[in-house]
Amino acid sequence: MNHAATFDRISVGDPHNSIGLHEAPQDALNDVRSAVTQGTAMNHNANVEQVRVEDLHKSYGDNEVLKGVSLSANSGDVISIIGSSGSGKSTWLRCINFLENPTSGRVVVGGKEVGLTRNRKGDLVVADPKQLQLIRTRLSMVFQHFNLWSHMTVLENVIEAPIHVLGLPKAEALERAERYLERVGVWKFRDAYPAHMSGGQQQRVAIARALAMEPSVLLFDEPTSALDPELVGEVLKVMRSLAEEGRTMLVVTHEMGFAREVSNHVIFVHRGRVEEQGNPKEVLVRPQSERLQQFLSGNLK
Amino acid sequence: MELFDFQVITGSLPEFWRGLLMTLQLTGIALLCGFAGAVPLAVARVSKNRWVSGPVAAYTYFFRGTPMLVQLLLIYYGAGQWQWMQAAWEAGNPVWLLFREPFFCALLAFGLNTCAYTIEIIAGAMRNTPHGEVEAAKAMGMSRFKALQRIVLPSALRRMLPSYSNEVILMLQGSAIASAVTLVDITGAARNVYSRHFAPFEAFVFAGLVYLVLTFLLVGMFKYAEGRWLAHLAPRKATKRKEAA
Amino acid sequence: MDALIEYSPSLLGGAWVTLKVALLSLVLAVASGLLGAACKLSNLLPLRLWTMLYTTIVRGVPDLVMMLLVFYGGQLLLNEVIDYFEWEFIEINPFVAGVLTIGFIFGAYFTETFRGAFLSVSAGQLEAGRAYGMTSWQVFLRIMFPQMLRYALPGIGNNWLVLLKSTAIVSMIGLSDMTSLADQAGRSTHQPFTFYLAVCVLYLAMTAVSGWFLGRLTTRYNVGVREANV
Repeated sequence: MNHAATFDRISVGDPHNSIGLHEAPQDALNDVRSAVTQGTAMNHNANVEQVRVEDLHKSYGDNEVLKGVSLSANSGDVISIIGSSGSGKSTWLRCINFLENPTSGRVVVGGKEVGLTRNRKGDLVVADPKQLQLIRTRLSMVFQHFNLWSHMTVLENVIEAPIHVLGLPKAEALERAERYLERVGVWKFRDAYPAHMSGGQQQRVAIARALAMEPSVLLFDEPTSALDPELVGEVLKVMRSLAEEGRTMLVVTHEMGFAREVSNHVIFVHRGRVEEQGNPKEVLVRPQSERLQQFLSGNLK
Repeated sequence: MELFDFQVITGSLPEFWRGLLMTLQLTGIALLCGFAGAVPLAVARVSKNRWVSGPVAAYTYFFRGTPMLVQLLLIYYGAGQWQWMQAAWEAGNPVWLLFREPFFCALLAFGLNTCAYTIEIIAGAMRNTPHGEVEAAKAMGMSRFKALQRIVLPSALRRMLPSYSNEVILMLQGSAIASAVTLVDITGAARNVYSRHFAPFEAFVFAGLVYLVLTFLLVGMFKYAEGRWLAHLAPRKATKRKEAA
Repeated sequence: MDALIEYSPSLLGGAWVTLKVALLSLVLAVASGLLGAACKLSNLLPLRLWTMLYTTIVRGVPDLVMMLLVFYGGQLLLNEVIDYFEWEFIEINPFVAGVLTIGFIFGAYFTETFRGAFLSVSAGQLEAGRAYGMTSWQVFLRIMFPQMLRYALPGIGNNWLVLLKSTAIVSMIGLSDMTSLADQAGRSTHQPFTFYLAVCVLYLAMTAVSGWFLGRLTTRYNVGVREANV
C-alpha cells in the first residue's frame, strides 16, 4: 500500500521520502532515540508509522471546523500543531482518538485502519467498540485541564487504567506507576489527592498516567495552557525529555519555543486547514504564508 | 399536679428499649435495601434512553411527591382491597401473606420511599461528575460500563455523602409514623406510656430526647465518613499515607 | 369508581382542610423563619444560642413526636394556665396543634433559608444605599429585603413542598384532613387502596400547581438577573 501518495505533505521520517526532506543527522537521531527507548512493552522502531490521519473533516451543523487535514507520525516523531484559538487544532487531535467524531476522513493506527461507521447524527464513529478502546490505549492523551480523577490519589490515578483496561497484575501496574511517577518527578506525592497539588504537579501526574499505558503515541492537548506561567516550565521540561527519549508525540500547543526546539515537524492550522508545515527551524524562522507571519509576529519572542 | 414525673420514665424504660430496637430495625433495614436498590436505578435514571429513565423518573416522582404516611397506609390497608390478594391469603401464599404484617409493610413503604430519594441524590451526583474526568476515562480506553463502575459511581457515591446523611436523618425521623400501623417503635412506646399514665411531657419529651441522641450519633458517623471518603475534596491538609499494596 | 365519586365531596373537603393547615403553617413558619434568621444574624449571643437550640431540636426530633407533645402536652399546660388566671376552658384542637407544630418545625428550615439569603445580598449594594442617605430601616426595606426574597425563593419553594407533604401526619392526632377522610371512606366502602391512591393524586396535583406557581414567581423575581449558563 502506497500511503505516501495520498497526503498533502510528505511525512517526516517516512522511509519512502526521507531523503531530501531532512538532514542526515535527524535520521541518525531518530535511530538513537529508538535505541534509548527502554522498558516499554512495545518497541518504538524508527520509521514505523504509528498514526496517520487522512483528509479529516469535522462539522458542527453548518460550521465546518476541519476542512480536510492530514498528518502522519512515525516512531520518534514529535509533531507540534500550532494555530490561533478556534483554528480547529484541538478538534483535530480529539478526532484522532475519537473523543470527537469526525464527519469524514480516515484514521490509521499502528498500520491498521480504524473501521468507521456513520451514527444517526451523520458523524463517523468507530464501528467496533473493542477497537475503539484498543486504539485509545495505544494513543494516550494528556489534557489541557489534566482531568485527573479527583477521588483517587496520584498513585491510584496512574495504576487505574493499566489494571482495569490493560488487565495488568497490580504488582506490575505499581511498578510502572513508580517508574513513571519518578520519571516525571512526582513520586513523592503518590498518596496525595489531585486537588491538593499545583497545576504543574497535576499535569505531570497526568503525563505519568498516560505513560503508564505505554502507548505508541502520546497526544498532548494544550498541556500548558491552563497553567500559571511559573509552572509551565516544569511541564515543558518533562515533555522535552520524553521527546529526547524518542517517544512519538502529537502536541497541540501555544508554546512556540517548544515547537521550534523540540519538535521535528510543525503544522500551522488556520481556519480548519493546514496553512503551512515543515521543519520548525525553517517554517518558524522563515514563514512563507502571510497568515503564519501574522500569527508568529503576535507570538514569537 | 407535677408536670414531670421521672418515675413514669424509669418505669417504662423496657418498653422504650424495645421501641428503640424496633425503630433501629425499621430504619436500618429500609435504608440498606433502599440504598442497594438506588444504585442500579440511579444508573437507569441518568440513562439517555427514555424507555429506561422514564419509569424510574415516574417512580421517584410518585414517592417523592406524596407523604410517606399515605404510602404506608396505601400498602398496609390498601392491599386487602384486591380479591386476588385475599384469595392468596386464604390459600396461605407465604409471599402475599407478608402484606398482612405491619412490620413488612412498614419496611416496604420506608424502603421504597428512601430508595426514591436516594436515586435522585445519586443521580444528581452522577450528573455533576466533572466532564473532564469522564473524558479521561474514555481516552484511557475504558468502556462506558468500566467508566461508570470505576470512575463515575465511586466519585458520585462519595460526593453524595452530605445529602445522603440528610436523607438518613429524615428517614429516622420519618419512621415515627410506624405507630400508625400498630408497630411499637420509640414513638409508639411513647404513645402507650402517655395513654397509660396520662403523662404527655414525660412520654414525648423522653422520646424526643432519644431521637435527638440518635440523630447526633448519625451526624457524628457521617462526619467521620466524610472525613474519610471526601478527603479529596477537603481543603489542602496533610493527607494520611495509605498502604500501596 | 362509584365509591370514589360518592365520597369525592368529602375527600375534596378534606383536601381543603389539608390546604388550610399547610397555608397557615406556612405563614407561621415564614414569620418564625424571619425572626429566627434575625436572631441568628444578631450580635447577641443569647439570641444566637436560642436559635441554635431551636434548629437542633427541630432537626433531631420527629415532627410526629413534636405534634403529639403539642397536642396532648399543650392542652395540659394550657389547663394549668387557665386554672391560674381563672379563664374559661380553651381547647387545643387538632387543627391548632397541627398548625402550631408544623409552623414551628418549618420555621427552623425557613430560618436557614432566610439566613443564607440575607448573607447573599452583597454588602456593596447596602453600602450604596447608605451612601445615598437612606436610613438603615430604608436600606433594609428597599434594598435588602426585596433582594433577599429573590435569593430565598428556591428555598421557600422547596420548604413549601416538604411542608405540604408533612401535613398528612395531622390525621394521626384526629384532624379530618384528606388522609383521615380517605381512611374513613376506605373502611366503609372496603376500598382503602382506591382512596389512598386518590389522596396521593391530590397531593401530586397540589405539588404540580405549586411548582407552576413557583416557576412564575421565580421568573418575576429574577428580572434583572442573568443566570449562569451551565
